[in-house]
Amino acid sequence: MHIINRRRFLQVGSLASAAMMMPKFLKALERGELVPPGNKVLVIIQLSGGNDGLNTIIPYRNDIYYRSRPALGIKRTDALSLTDNLGIHPALKGFKSLYDDGALGVLNNVGYPNPDRSHFRSMDIWHTASQSNEIWSDGWIGRYLDAQCKGCDKPTQALEIDDTLSLALKGDSAKGLALTDPTRLFGTSNNPFFKDLLQHGGHDDEHHNVDYLYKTMSETISSASYIQQQFKTYQSKESYPNTELGKNLRTIANLIMSDINTKVYYVSHGSFDTHVNQQQQQERLFQQLSDAVTVFTGDLKKNNRFQDVVVMTFSEFGRRVSQNASGGTDHGTANNMFLIGGGLQEKGVLNDGPDLMNLMDGDLRYNVDFKSVYATLLSRWLGADDKAILKADYQHLNFV
Amino acid sequence: MASLSPQIQMQHLAWRAGFGEPLSVINDWSDKRLKVVVNQILIGRRNRTPDVNVMSDADMPDFKKIKGMTPDEKKAVQQKNVQGIKDLNLSWMKEMAGSEHPLREKMSLFWHGHFACRTQDVLYNQQLLGVIRENALGNFGDLLTEVSKSPAMLQFLNNQQNRKQHPNENFAREVMELFTLGRGNYTETDVKEAARAFTGWSFDETGEFKFRDKLHDDGDKHILGKHGNYNGDDVLKILLDQRQCAKFITTKIYRFFVDDNPDEVRINQLAESFYHSGYEIKSLMREIFMSDWFYDPKYVGNKIKSPVELLVGIRRAVPMTFDEEATMLVFQRILGQVLFYPPNVAGWPGGRNWIDSSSLMFRLRVPQIIFYSQALNIQPKEIMPEMGDGGNYKMTLQINDFLKKQYSKKINAHIDWDPYIKGFEQVPREALADSIAGSLLVVPGNANKQLLEKYADMSNREAYIKTVSIDVMSMPEYQLC
Repeated sequence: MHIINRRRFLQVGSLASAAMMMPKFLKALERGELVPPGNKVLVIIQLSGGNDGLNTIIPYRNDIYYRSRPALGIKRTDALSLTDNLGIHPALKGFKSLYDDGALGVLNNVGYPNPDRSHFRSMDIWHTASQSNEIWSDGWIGRYLDAQCKGCDKPTQALEIDDTLSLALKGDSAKGLALTDPTRLFGTSNNPFFKDLLQHGGHDDEHHNVDYLYKTMSETISSASYIQQQFKTYQSKESYPNTELGKNLRTIANLIMSDINTKVYYVSHGSFDTHVNQQQQQERLFQQLSDAVTVFTGDLKKNNRFQDVVVMTFSEFGRRVSQNASGGTDHGTANNMFLIGGGLQEKGVLNDGPDLMNLMDGDLRYNVDFKSVYATLLSRWLGADDKAILKADYQHLNFV
Repeated sequence: MASLSPQIQMQHLAWRAGFGEPLSVINDWSDKRLKVVVNQILIGRRNRTPDVNVMSDADMPDFKKIKGMTPDEKKAVQQKNVQGIKDLNLSWMKEMAGSEHPLREKMSLFWHGHFACRTQDVLYNQQLLGVIRENALGNFGDLLTEVSKSPAMLQFLNNQQNRKQHPNENFAREVMELFTLGRGNYTETDVKEAARAFTGWSFDETGEFKFRDKLHDDGDKHILGKHGNYNGDDVLKILLDQRQCAKFITTKIYRFFVDDNPDEVRINQLAESFYHSGYEIKSLMREIFMSDWFYDPKYVGNKIKSPVELLVGIRRAVPMTFDEEATMLVFQRILGQVLFYPPNVAGWPGGRNWIDSSSLMFRLRVPQIIFYSQALNIQPKEIMPEMGDGGNYKMTLQINDFLKKQYSKKINAHIDWDPYIKGFEQVPREALADSIAGSLLVVPGNANKQLLEKYADMSNREAYIKTVSIDVMSMPEYQLC
């Protein structure tokens, strides 16, 4: 009989017993290897309602800023300094730490030509990546799924942590999946009547909608059970804040740390529609954002996954430069986006701050098209054909 | 083509030309000649158009007073508008469910998506809905003209800002792109010139259409190969003169009433006669419903019901009221179709767009939630004020609060099962399951007696009918019509 040393035992043992019989402590040893490195993930945080970018990244040496916002301007001493000209909102302390660690990128003046100031229209434009005079009925991540997931047996490449699915995740043939709680989704879909129906239903005629419905139902049920299975393999030990975003990022972390095939996670935070008493509302939402993201990125780091994750934030528009009479701001145009990750190629403040001398009708002018950010993430991060997905050739940036 | 039983044909017709009909109506139709049934459907059982109005001009303060109002008074007006639009939504849904002229409501639902419009003013919404329901089966030219002159549309498409010195092209563009010709059938110059013709189209403080002479550009315009000193009415006539207009509208109607995939040859034929009839909508619909191909099995049960069709269909099959009718709005929101809130100027895309994993699973649960008084356990996305001036900010917070509260609330429906159960009086016990499935589904698909009985409450006949019916309505096949 061979004498097997401990090292050899661990190897053979873990191979032979796989996940089924492996004692918990061994699983923990193996954790770093559970998810193969290089499995790139994109997490999108939508700041719904039009976040005021000027009070997010603050041009604290600019007189025009303070003149336009006598009550609403963030004091130079309060802003957390990033560069000589720009500071970050004091409630975004976690973001400042990420900045100091080289894990934060700030992109200023992001927007699109002929901006639309209506929430629903502008949100549509961000979700579909259409031009502002076009109306598309599929979303950019949905089209990514269309391109990548033909014949995928587990259509769980894009998940939205919500009860209903956003336009961004709706493709023509493939769609993302919305869930707030994997266990609940599993519970609802695990219905004996539905399962019985599936035994008989569907004939594989892609032109007939009854088959489309059965296919969707069957995919949902199998995805729900796959997600539930994977979800159980890792439960974060970090204490996430007890906010909606905190809970949702915890769900995302658990999934990222499990060996699931999901590439894109989507979650919303809001509402940033601060026409009235902006200060309090924005501060509260930023606090929640900062706290949740801090625990989330810490969790990823501890598990050696931070290198493989990029978090992107966006909002459908920024606010006007001038404050209004109700201590708030009205709908504007260009805005900033955050990019967070352990593997950023370019970090810090990625371009010049807003040019307050050069406004258009009191609004900021954009000089980075948000579709360039999408194109960059699609091609350089997710390895997809951005030109086909965005139906145009947008300049790539260098942050990944 | 394989021929269908008269009952299936009539089920198909009842769903496409309305929101489904109970077994008794289907049986009655099945005994008649198609021509007789179609004629009846086209004129309705009663030919008047009952209004679904929730308010009169007198209920709202005089427009002129608004400028002098205190913030509290303004807030009260806003509250009235928000509440009014909700009431209008619910009142129209009720009319659809109980209508004596379902085709008119179905057609109105179609035009509501075609002439997609959002306004926060309840009276404008109400007026536009009135125009649409009144002309739904009338003449398309009249409908187009009245819609184009409605304050709701003029405001939504910014024609109030369209003046001789500073033309605003939004209205002219959408009239061509979305209402009449479709993309690629006009040039940018046509849009610019048409915008000049629409200058001065406006409405006054009472919501009456008004042509403002001083704002109008009365120079020469070149539009679609013609030129002259045109005004807005002339432009609409020029657009209607284009055969492409008949084709564009017919294609959309075909997709809504027949199949998601347009059939070029048939559409060309239909469009040709539509054009020659001078755009009589009723005769176009007659031609569709009288065609043999309309009853081709490949179309039967191949359309995905819109959320409103699904909800109205359930209520038409089994009459009911709710403790809080407003829960219907929550259902609409979760399923992605809120009346008076189309997603954008192009309306609801429809078809497979209605379906994703979560919306499908919720659709399958809808009958259980309603009939078994379950909690929704699902939360729609937050809404945001639409008009961009922030005026409705607080109102929106209230609506979001309301939506959140619905989450774990049980739906309290008062269901009148009697007429439904009575419809099966003559059906022997062993044929009940098939009969129920046959009356609720256009294609029976998976509904078989063995499967349905496995989940049925067999304790008595009534419970059996109820549970089998609810299960049939929870099937993917019930999502189709």
